[in-house]
Amino acid sequence: MTAAVFFGCAFIAFGPAFSLFIFTIAKDPLRVIILIAGAFFWLVSLLLSSLVWFIATKATNAQDLTLQKNLLIFGSIFSVILQEVFRFAYYRLLRKANEGLAAISEEDGPPLSVREMAYVAGLGFGIMSGAFSMINTLSDSLGPGTVGMFGDSQYYFITSALMTLALTMLHTFWGVVFFEGCERKRWWVIAVVLCVHLMVFSLSLLNPFYVGSILPVYAIMLLMAVWAFFSSGGSLHNITLLWTCRKSNTETSS
Amino acid sequence: RMNLDEISCDKLATSIVFFFCLSDVSCNSVEQKIYVELNNTVPCVRLLNATHQIGCQSSISGDTGVIHVLESEADLEWPLSKGPNPPYMVLLESSLFTRSIMMKMKNESNRVAGVAVVVPNTSPPEFSPHTTCPNENTGVYSDNYGPNLAHCNTTVWNPRGNGLSYEEFDFPVFSLKEDNETEFIKQCYLDHNRAVNGSAPQYPLCAMQLFSHMHAVTNTPTCMRRNDINFSINPEMVCDPLGDYNVWGSIRPYNDTVFGHKENESVVIAAARLDSRAFFWEVSTGAEGSVSGFVTLLAAAQALREVTHEAPPTRNILFAFFQGETFDYIGSSRMVYDMENGKFVIDLDNIHSVLEIGQVAVHSGTNLFLHSDPVSRRNNTVNDEVKNLVNNLQSSTAGLSFLLVEPNVSQPLPPSSLQRFLRAQPIPGIVLADHESAFNNRYYESFYDNAANLNLTYPSDLSPEEQLEFVTDTAKSLTDVATVVARALYKQAGGNESLVNNIKADPKIVTQMLYGFLVSSNNSWFQAVMAPELKNILSRYGACVHPSPPEYYVGVAMSSTPTRLVQYLLANLTGAATNLTQSQCQKPDELPNESRQMYSYLWVQGIVPPNSTERDSFCVRASVRLTKAVSPAFELGEYASKDYSTWTESRWKFIKARIFLVASRDLEMLTLGVGVAVLFTSLLVTYFISTKADVLFSSTREPASAAY
Repeated sequence: MTAAVFFGCAFIAFGPAFSLFIFTIAKDPLRVIILIAGAFFWLVSLLLSSLVWFIATKATNAQDLTLQKNLLIFGSIFSVILQEVFRFAYYRLLRKANEGLAAISEEDGPPLSVREMAYVAGLGFGIMSGAFSMINTLSDSLGPGTVGMFGDSQYYFITSALMTLALTMLHTFWGVVFFEGCERKRWWVIAVVLCVHLMVFSLSLLNPFYVGSILPVYAIMLLMAVWAFFSSGGSLHNITLLWTCRKSNTETSS
Repeated sequence: RMNLDEISCDKLATSIVFFFCLSDVSCNSVEQKIYVELNNTVPCVRLLNATHQIGCQSSISGDTGVIHVLESEADLEWPLSKGPNPPYMVLLESSLFTRSIMMKMKNESNRVAGVAVVVPNTSPPEFSPHTTCPNENTGVYSDNYGPNLAHCNTTVWNPRGNGLSYEEFDFPVFSLKEDNETEFIKQCYLDHNRAVNGSAPQYPLCAMQLFSHMHAVTNTPTCMRRNDINFSINPEMVCDPLGDYNVWGSIRPYNDTVFGHKENESVVIAAARLDSRAFFWEVSTGAEGSVSGFVTLLAAAQALREVTHEAPPTRNILFAFFQGETFDYIGSSRMVYDMENGKFVIDLDNIHSVLEIGQVAVHSGTNLFLHSDPVSRRNNTVNDEVKNLVNNLQSSTAGLSFLLVEPNVSQPLPPSSLQRFLRAQPIPGIVLADHESAFNNRYYESFYDNAANLNLTYPSDLSPEEQLEFVTDTAKSLTDVATVVARALYKQAGGNESLVNNIKADPKIVTQMLYGFLVSSNNSWFQAVMAPELKNILSRYGACVHPSPPEYYVGVAMSSTPTRLVQYLLANLTGAATNLTQSQCQKPDELPNESRQMYSYLWVQGIVPPNSTERDSFCVRASVRLTKAVSPAFELGEYASKDYSTWTESRWKFIKARIFLVASRDLEMLTLGVGVAVLFTSLLVTYFISTKADVLFSSTREPASAAY
């Protein structure tokens, strides 16, 4: 659909992730490493689950469309479960690595708190998931044509970008909440994250009924944001502190 | 790739499609939702000569336009002035593919992105995109030679010609067939592009993109100069000269290594042309324009075979088939040049007379006409010889249903290869044609000059093999013409008069040739006469395509199918089958009585005998040769020559067409605006949060981390 749509959708889908990367991750090499390793873990989980789906489709009748659709849903559910399993595996790996890093670091204690690792790992998952969702669609948005010849909605590109943005942020929040739950041995948190992930997946099945899919997903994202804020040490008190700090700053400066 | 998270109903369908096309080379489900590739299109390409460029050009990244199906000439207002979403891609029915409409679009070409012409299966009443006076600058008539006859002052040969093929368009013009793809395009137009009650149509609109970027510009000297630039290891060629091979054969063989004048050798030349063209690239059927002529000549050659073996005539007869005649006489000018410079087996002085077969299949009465050049006939010797030839021709029609008549008025020769011979030397010659003045051919050099133009019809219940053998009326009439030609040639060559009435052309051979050249070239007879290594050129694009005739455009690849077919047919029809084995056929000089210099030895496939699967291949010995038919202008390096043909064809990288929907500019800008807003907002918020992070996330349970 031309360069305007390409850049617009790219900014929508990857803008927040990009700004998060620039301001919070890029300065610290250790965070960069954890980010990329997180992305790699997500990639491996996708690879394994798509292998399962691929074998399933090859082994069955290609002409039976309902069967293929059901296989796709089954494959997606399996992939969601596998992603959460890999998130847990990454948590264990990071915990182990943290002890080693603490031993060799110059300061006392580990260089990165579990909270920071949680955030970075979640962002890594989110960025890779977003890239896989969006890059293919983005490259097609560069051409002169738009979706719609065969009855699809013409808002396809924008809604794909919005979904990608939501999913990236959701993965980040899930990372924070998940790691915190594992730290505190609150295993029900893992179950809740898994259920929310499955719920988001099933909402996406409602496309192209975008009102029914994007709005609930954004509502869920806001709820998860609040939960992640509270579980990473924030509180209402901090917000009011921030507000009065600003107020007092402006008072003193003016 | 498969993202299992973001599945949606339509994405499911495309994922299934993705699975189906896993075996494909490149498959992208989003791309398939957007673009529909058009496969059965033929572009119009750019040709250049010494002074001009003609044809069509697109921009390097394709030309996109909103589709508009033109309903009438008045409807042109919409794409040219009224329509709110320029540029437009105009879709024309063939009845609207006229000069006035194309010229109007050419003048407003900033609002026209391209033109697509739907070519129907039935022909319009008349259509000829060629000029009214074909090859007017390279014939024999000029200001020095018959000035009142030059430039069609006395006779306009192609009055129906609208000259579209020789116009230059700076937008692409493609042709579409009347099939499912075109229906899909029209349906897309009806669904999206129709204005409702006078208001502008709503986005998204249906659009088409055509890619046919041509590399060559301006004229032949420019593109040939650019060919020679040696910048890199891989020099980029931008154009190629048009040309192929001429086919010639003779009754008595000539030594292929001895060139120049032959003492006491007098030759009667029988000529025909092989090629034709159309507005679109390569799609040229040339039924009346060229096939009628050379099929008649081939049949005449076959008819003469027996009698010239029993009682050889005094003079030799040379059958010449010229390629590239449509483009300023490429083949015949090359042969005359070779004769003038001692590069051919005979010389211009060896030529006794010339008989050329022009367009002979569309009769407008019971007469055929013998055209001659009045200027050379002012010389008495030439005039006497021409009268002699006319006599021989007229007396050969005894017992047949038509007469041969000279035209009433003194008029010039029609466009014919004989004109190039006359340019070099006054030679007595006659052009045999079915038209007295203007052509009878209503579709001269167009894609409608096909089997239907010759009324070539077969009963509907015949299989392809039965159609091959069925003798049509057209075949019978061409057989009679071939008989006349053969008898006249024999008499002209000084043969035994008493044997003349035994010369008869074979209608079965004529009808098989007409079937093969105009309906389907992949038939059993053509397969039998071709060489094994060339059998694939008979069927285009592989085996399982529906039957199609060959293309008669001369092209640049020097491998045109009609040339090869005529070469092998002439060899089979005038030569002799030998007992040589395949290896002997390739090296006949080792045998005592065979000589490669006198004959050419061709290994042909032969027929498949019943109860067998192996072909009965054998070696044909014939005095049939190919000579290069590339314009002398390219041999001499005179790319701006006014005497010789300077036609070249541009090169291109790829040619394709596709349709898709385009969104409104507003939606695009909205997307960009939202994107920029999201980016800036997220940058601001993230900066703010990250600087205040120690306040916001102040949990004292973990030790403070290092740098932020």
